[in-house]
Amino acid sequence: MGIIVIFMVLIAAVAFWWLSRQRLTAKPWLEVGIIGDVGGRWPPTLPKAKIGLGVFLAVAGSLFALLVSAYSMRMAMVDWRTLPVPAVLWLNTILLILASVALQTAVAAGRRDDFGGVRSSLLVAYASSLAFLFGQVLAWGELVAAGYFAADNPANAFFYLITAIHGAHVLGGLVALIRTTARAFDGPETSPPRTIGELRLGVELCAIYWHFLLLVWLVLFSFLMHWANDLVSFCRAALT
Amino acid sequence: MHIAIILALIVIGSVVFHFLSPWWWTPLASNWGYIDSTIIITFWITGTVFAAVVLFMAYCVYRFRHREGSRAAYEPENKRLESWLAIGTAVGVAAMLAPGLVVWGRFVTVPSDAAEVEVVGQQWQWSYRLPGKDGRLGASSVRYVTPENPLGLDPNDPRAQDDIIVQGDNLHFELGKPVKVLLRSLDVVHDFYVPEFRAKMDMIPGSTTYYWFTPTRTGTFEVLCAELCSTGHPYMRGGVVVEAKADYQPWLQQQKTFAELSKPAKASALKQEGVTRWDLK
Amino acid sequence: MVDVTHGVAVPVAEVGDVELYHPRSWVTKYVFSQDAKVIAIQYSLTALSIGLVALVLSWLMRMQLGFPGLLSFINADRYYQFVTMHGMIMVIYLLTALFLGGFGNYLIPLMLGARDMVFPYVNMLSYWIYLLAVLVLVAGFFVPGGPTGAGWTLYPPQAILANTPGQQWGIILMLVSLMLFIIGFTMGGLNYVVTVLQGRARGMTMMRMPLTVWGIFTATVMALLAFPALFVGSVMMLLDRVLGTSFFMPSIVLMGEQLKYGGGSPILFQHLFWFFGHPEVYIVALPAFGIVSDLISTHARKNIFGYRMMVWAIVAIGALSFVVWAHHMYVSGMNPGFGFFFATTTLIIAIPTAIKVYNWVLTLWRGDIHFTVPMLFALGFIVTFVNGGLTGLFLGNVVVDVPLSRTMFVVAHFHMVMGIAPIMVIFGAIYHWYPKLTGRMLDDTLGKLHFWVTFVGAYAIFFPMHYLGLLGVPRRYYEMGETAFVPPSAHTLNEFITIAALIVGAAQLAFVFNLFWSLRHGRPSGGNPWRATTLEWQTPETPPTHGNWGKELPVVYRWAYDYSVPGAAEDFLPQNQPPMPRTP
Repeated sequence: MGIIVIFMVLIAAVAFWWLSRQRLTAKPWLEVGIIGDVGGRWPPTLPKAKIGLGVFLAVAGSLFALLVSAYSMRMAMVDWRTLPVPAVLWLNTILLILASVALQTAVAAGRRDDFGGVRSSLLVAYASSLAFLFGQVLAWGELVAAGYFAADNPANAFFYLITAIHGAHVLGGLVALIRTTARAFDGPETSPPRTIGELRLGVELCAIYWHFLLLVWLVLFSFLMHWANDLVSFCRAALT
Repeated sequence: MHIAIILALIVIGSVVFHFLSPWWWTPLASNWGYIDSTIIITFWITGTVFAAVVLFMAYCVYRFRHREGSRAAYEPENKRLESWLAIGTAVGVAAMLAPGLVVWGRFVTVPSDAAEVEVVGQQWQWSYRLPGKDGRLGASSVRYVTPENPLGLDPNDPRAQDDIIVQGDNLHFELGKPVKVLLRSLDVVHDFYVPEFRAKMDMIPGSTTYYWFTPTRTGTFEVLCAELCSTGHPYMRGGVVVEAKADYQPWLQQQKTFAELSKPAKASALKQEGVTRWDLK
Repeated sequence: MVDVTHGVAVPVAEVGDVELYHPRSWVTKYVFSQDAKVIAIQYSLTALSIGLVALVLSWLMRMQLGFPGLLSFINADRYYQFVTMHGMIMVIYLLTALFLGGFGNYLIPLMLGARDMVFPYVNMLSYWIYLLAVLVLVAGFFVPGGPTGAGWTLYPPQAILANTPGQQWGIILMLVSLMLFIIGFTMGGLNYVVTVLQGRARGMTMMRMPLTVWGIFTATVMALLAFPALFVGSVMMLLDRVLGTSFFMPSIVLMGEQLKYGGGSPILFQHLFWFFGHPEVYIVALPAFGIVSDLISTHARKNIFGYRMMVWAIVAIGALSFVVWAHHMYVSGMNPGFGFFFATTTLIIAIPTAIKVYNWVLTLWRGDIHFTVPMLFALGFIVTFVNGGLTGLFLGNVVVDVPLSRTMFVVAHFHMVMGIAPIMVIFGAIYHWYPKLTGRMLDDTLGKLHFWVTFVGAYAIFFPMHYLGLLGVPRRYYEMGETAFVPPSAHTLNEFITIAALIVGAAQLAFVFNLFWSLRHGRPSGGNPWRATTLEWQTPETPPTHGNWGKELPVVYRWAYDYSVPGAAEDFLPQNQPPMPRTP
């Protein structure tokens, strides 16, 4: 459970940083009248969708941290048997990186009002994400063909579970990506600035989400590849 | 008005109930009197706090009840009072925690001269295993369990051959001799619970847990299961007997070893070479 | 006092507003509504209804314990099914849903001066998924084999093996229902958090928020982070049950038969479960702490004593509650060394909790206490919470837990601290805010009757129960049978407890009657019957209409507790009342 505790410490650090800006030591009964929030900004400037996504990513992060915690806790037992990692996972990793980069490009293009660039970048991101999912299914097929079934032992089961939950998150992201892409093809050049703002925001949210998916995947991949083992055993040694 | 009286009555009633209640812990039969003492300390500290808080509340409720024209005082905070209360609470907590941790330290430190006994739980009965002449328990695994080998001892482990197996009988303990109880389960989580010993610990299938104690009083005590293990949970009973060495040794002599019990089944057991050995403990 | 703005009122144009969704038909107004107030009522009614089911289940359990064999249809299977469903419903589907989905939805926007939650559509989905989760849970009663009887902790391997009632369908439905609940809750929770972060009215700084919002906000953040643990555990157990994987399943011989499982770790589930389960206790407790602070302050006409300390304590408890989970596992066979760490963290958490208790009681000191029904329930909360909190010091102190764990002492403790105490607050809160929801007061006489029977009765049920545990009576026993160390008098006590439980249960029917009767016949309340300061009482209409605030959003000029301020004409100053212009 070490990993989830580390994750919680990170969350706590963010929470306390935020709280430290809320004047928690103020004596509210002495202050009558209008006092603004930090810097007197009201209404808040950050779009609420972005904050909402941030909170959701904390929740999803907690989910993955727990999965990895459970995985590493189980891995520490003596009878752990690893399963071979299909080579296609390397390709998938590259595809996911590509999707992430493409979305970042889309964000940049959106800021320049280069809507053609936005459209093509979104399509690249969409295609490479789909290819990533397809590649994950291929990896499953390869393992099943080689006789590694989920019910055989926990190592196999963990592999399928972790990739499936990550894949489900990619799939959910694709729904949002479709909507944003549709908006990008809806002639933003002639739209009022408000609609353009919404498009930019949508692209940005997709980009943030994909960076998160990539980060999670890299962590999961390093665990599946057992690179993280040394780190975990190091941490365990440090703690005990 | 009524509420003040009732709050006071709740405190008085609780205290009276505590002292007059016929329901109190069973007479101790192990060395864990330390635990009882820690509970007594906790009772005094928490009881005092409970009475103080609720009686103070009763007083406030009586004294500051609404009357025509009365108006509340204005006092947003009082840092000194709050600090002192916090410090006082911390002291009280420390007074409970410190002895608790000291006793826990003893609880988890098994003395080196403790005799080993294994308790095996399965739905819904208790079985026991004692080391034989070699003084050590042999390897075991759920994979070896057969009708002839109900506790799953490793038939190929020479140390297991002389292990003494007790089934359908009470387990006996020698008075005054520290004992490390190894706990193993074949199916679900159980908990070997003898109220008079105070100690208890879950048995988790797939691993071995333990606790230790020294029996300090002779007698026969009831064993219960303290972790829900399906429908038969309340009926998973057994007994343990604490007796002096003079009585204990003859009982031990009567018991059968694994080798004696499994002779007819030996041939078939050896055929099981193929079993996976990866969950051997 | 520092007058920050010199009493200048804010021009209307500066007040930000949100786009508001407008219902077009009766269905979108009352059924698939995106209005947080309607969603709150939907959540509350669903939670209270399923809570009544759990109440009936508790009667049946108590009948079996007090008068074994009298109701012949309660066999051991059914008994464990009742225990499991009672526990799960009460903890998750009633307490969590009511505090966060019910009170959270109603109070957060109103108390913060917002028009609605920030993501109304997601908020609506949250309720419907919750309702689906409840229906899936209830479906367990109607499938072959009935609901699961694995105990609300659902410990594997027992939970998914034969011999456990509901192994066929019940456990699957339970796990699916939990997963749905968590998905639905996450949708709602995002709303509550982001609304607090982004939706506050002008002038409503964090330190001006009522403690109710602080409690619900912190609890929501905790729930968002803790529920994934239950989600992961549920998914893994579901796979173990349906696909035969072995996440939690070691090699097992069940009734002489070797099962196909192997290599899993049952203790892993316990870690996941309690990583959720302990924060869950505070997820229920923190909203109760917050609400009760506001009830006491309002009805004692005095500011809450030590507001800053109360806020810090809520935050400290929220943070600490993530590092105490294994105190539920002292005798689970985990590494015994953990006991030192978790006992220490657990007892440390007692300090901020105790500070909160002191501050509630000190708020009463030199107050002007009105014995309204909400106040009575608040006082009842303090007594039961102090009692249950203090017995927590027994169970949290690792070595004391060894003899007491898994006994009736534990049952008595957690019912007192997270059953009775939060439910006292729920009742108090309903009596307090019912006038805002309906424009009518709940009947006072019935309310007082309800309070006295519930409070005294519940105390009589759970206080003596501790002593059964001290004696060594284990929990989750269908019947004690003949046990040498249990005297016949213990059985008499069990009968007494059962009778008390039936009476307390019956008193809840008076409450339900009151809810419906007062809807038509209650005394009209006006907008602010308790003369309270917080924003929800300052709405232009009661009950508040869609959008809450008419044309202009309120502007907040002061904290939430300006009661009996020296020099003020009234004994309360609403949060949106501008300061007096300074005399030259």
